[in-house]
Amino acid sequence: MGEIFKMPEDICLHAEKISKVYPGTKALDEVSFDVHKGKVNVLIGENGAGKSTLMKIIAGIEQPSSGELYMDGQQAVFKNVTQAKQHGIGIIHQELSLFPNLNVYQNIFMSRECTRYKFGLDNKKHIELTERIMKKLEYPIRPQTIVGDLRVGQQQMIEIARNLVQDDLKILIMDEPTSSLSAQEVQVLFKIVRELTAEGISIVYISHRLEEIMQIGDYITILRDGRLVASSEVKKIDISWIVRQMVGEGKIFPKRKTAVDWGTREKVLEVKDLTLPKKGGGYLLNSVSFDLKKGEILGIYGLMGAGRTEIFECIMGLHPEYKGTVKLHGKEIRIKSVSQQIQEGFALVPEDRQSEGLVQTMNIAKNISLSSLKNYARAIFLNRKKEAESVEREIRDIHIKVADKTLPILSLSGGNQQKVVIGKGLLTKPKILLLDEPTRGIDIGAKTEVFEIIQGYAEKGLSIIVVSSELQEIMAIADRILVLSNGIKTSEMQKEEITEDKLVLASYKGHSSENRQNL
Amino acid sequence: MSIVKTKNATFMETMIGEKQGSNSLTMMLLKGRTLIVLILLLIFFSIVTPNFLSANTFLLLAKHVALYGILAIGMTYVIITGGIDLSVGAVVGLAGMVAGGMIQNGITLQVFDVTLYFSIPLVILFTLLVGAVVGLINGITITKFGVAPFIATLGTMYIARGFAMLHSNGATYSNIIGNDALGNVGFTLLGGRVMGIPVGAIILAVIAVAAGILLKRTTFGWHIFSIGGNEKAAKLSGVKVDKVKILVYIFSGVCAAIVGIITASQLEAAHPASGETWEMNAIAAAVLGGTSMMGGIGTIGGTIIGAFVIGVISDGMVMCGVSEFWQMIIKGLVIILAVIVDQFQRNMEAKIALQARNDTKGEE
Repeated sequence: MGEIFKMPEDICLHAEKISKVYPGTKALDEVSFDVHKGKVNVLIGENGAGKSTLMKIIAGIEQPSSGELYMDGQQAVFKNVTQAKQHGIGIIHQELSLFPNLNVYQNIFMSRECTRYKFGLDNKKHIELTERIMKKLEYPIRPQTIVGDLRVGQQQMIEIARNLVQDDLKILIMDEPTSSLSAQEVQVLFKIVRELTAEGISIVYISHRLEEIMQIGDYITILRDGRLVASSEVKKIDISWIVRQMVGEGKIFPKRKTAVDWGTREKVLEVKDLTLPKKGGGYLLNSVSFDLKKGEILGIYGLMGAGRTEIFECIMGLHPEYKGTVKLHGKEIRIKSVSQQIQEGFALVPEDRQSEGLVQTMNIAKNISLSSLKNYARAIFLNRKKEAESVEREIRDIHIKVADKTLPILSLSGGNQQKVVIGKGLLTKPKILLLDEPTRGIDIGAKTEVFEIIQGYAEKGLSIIVVSSELQEIMAIADRILVLSNGIKTSEMQKEEITEDKLVLASYKGHSSENRQNL
Repeated sequence: MSIVKTKNATFMETMIGEKQGSNSLTMMLLKGRTLIVLILLLIFFSIVTPNFLSANTFLLLAKHVALYGILAIGMTYVIITGGIDLSVGAVVGLAGMVAGGMIQNGITLQVFDVTLYFSIPLVILFTLLVGAVVGLINGITITKFGVAPFIATLGTMYIARGFAMLHSNGATYSNIIGNDALGNVGFTLLGGRVMGIPVGAIILAVIAVAAGILLKRTTFGWHIFSIGGNEKAAKLSGVKVDKVKILVYIFSGVCAAIVGIITASQLEAAHPASGETWEMNAIAAAVLGGTSMMGGIGTIGGTIIGAFVIGVISDGMVMCGVSEFWQMIIKGLVIILAVIVDQFQRNMEAKIALQARNDTKGEE
């Protein structure tokens, strides 16, 4: 405590070798990071690279497992958000953290209310200050408007305004602030950012949008797999340099060798003009067409919110209101429910293992057999021997490391939990397996194993669709990749023609300015 | 150096061994806590009350416990899905009135100007149907209209009670023994005894065994568990969530109707207010038996033990001459204590699971 750390004048916060360990994964591995005073400090990396974790640590939301933060030459310890706030650090979250049930000024002044006689709320002052801030943001919204009634872009502005009321703001962290803004709103935001930096406020800017970074950023730091890989001044670099650093060269997954002439293979699934409207206008999926061949691994790449998960949800029967045609083995089917789809031979491994994949109150064995219980039933009674045999065979087949299959599911590591979810899908004897981010949040060893399982089953004739936002992985595993952007299919590539640059570029295409206007 | 190492290893081993040993003992005590409490209560009351330990006391106890025990079985199913059924007490009242009315007054068809009297099995069947319909309404309101279970069943609680009152304008059907000439005698047999054992207790035993097997040994039972544990995951695993939930509420309604029939039969009378607040006893029994209000966890065996704990507290204190008001206070304390211990057990289980996870991690 109180340690003196020599810091250059223009650095207002220094993070020294920050590590953060979660059960099963290391989210950050000795990352050092500088925030330059009055500059826009960009932080970039693939999903799961550790950007958000690092920001949460700086904003006091999470505490590092090891490493220190320094401000003004002094060590700074933030046990919670309030302490970080007292040091002048504000954060705008990727997922908005507003109170939709309260109005604009209540949101802005939440937990820093102005009072009269220490007790009564001074709403007159709240309204006055809110109006002043919104004017500064060139975004006049009536302070009494209920936040839940505002558009997402407008809500983002409230989130920004909320941080600006703080007088002694030194650092403002923006976690993908433009993800829900229109092109015009982005320009307003950039103007505000420039004004803030002119006032000496430092911005930490997290984004996936490379052009934006080139436009607004001063310094750039790139993270990959929880490690710092490069940092530079933005004016010294270009987009392709960023992509190269983000993707890295060292990470190699066993490339799949295939000498199959896919053109002659039987089409298992044909999807035509799949469309899913978005609540409040626009489309989550806009006329997406593709097919899947027997034994093929089809990759779907795209940024968050590109519509990847929605494709799976449509195929799996969670959106019976979808439009378009789906043909299974050449026969058109109308998708109505999940149980129907499982019967038809589909199996889904959902993106979020904890909230969609596992039943935490049930043991390992039951989590594996849940989808296929019907197969072990005689009349209504379960044949427990048959069930146990199937479960054990599955555990052996895909090498789930379990000491005792009646232990709680949470006694397994992340990778093994994921294998349980995959095993549950495989036990239904599917013809088409849908995997949504199958390697999220598991360590590198388990990732490789999951890939081996996928490839093994593909060779046995199972048709597989894999959604992934990790370039290297999807390139290694997929026979063919389609790229989604903003609900539109922007590209489809055969294995031979896939390159990182092409994938990344295609994944931004749907956001080009003419599409933006329609948002 | 090597000596130190071995020493360390053995020390660590004994440490871990001891820790695990004490853990499993604590877990065993925690898991069997309701049974332990039941035994302690029995010992306590047999010391305090001289005549407590007698066959008669137990038969009477079984007769009392049968009523909310059966309710609690239906309630356990509902709570395991993550729901709640507040309507069961009212359904007890309504079922009693339906059965009593049918025996006493028959059903008058005004169009034909005739009054039909039904045999007892038909009366019972119709009454069970009434309970099933209330359950069906609960289930549909909850699944298809997205009403919170608490609110949906609160609504049907008032509606069922209202219909029970309307049935006779609030009056009691007394002396519902039927009429030989009408061929509808025998209803009171259900309130009697077979070979000295109260019929209610026999019905409880049969339902408990059937419900226990259904819950643990069938796909339906596991689907119930999966819904309460993680509804979204259950749905994505192909569980027909809505259908299972509706069936569960129907089951709870039928259980309540059975209790209504037994109550009316025991008293040989049907009162529209009977069963009031019994839903609370049923919830208490389920919770005491280790059913988690968050859903996903619970056993029928536990619930039955829980029902007996409540029964022993009530009957025992009556025999001790403790005032009814104190009984309420003590019952309340026992329930809160049970949930606190339950929470403690959950934390402990989570800790053990995490430890197992770290252990296997070390091996990897």
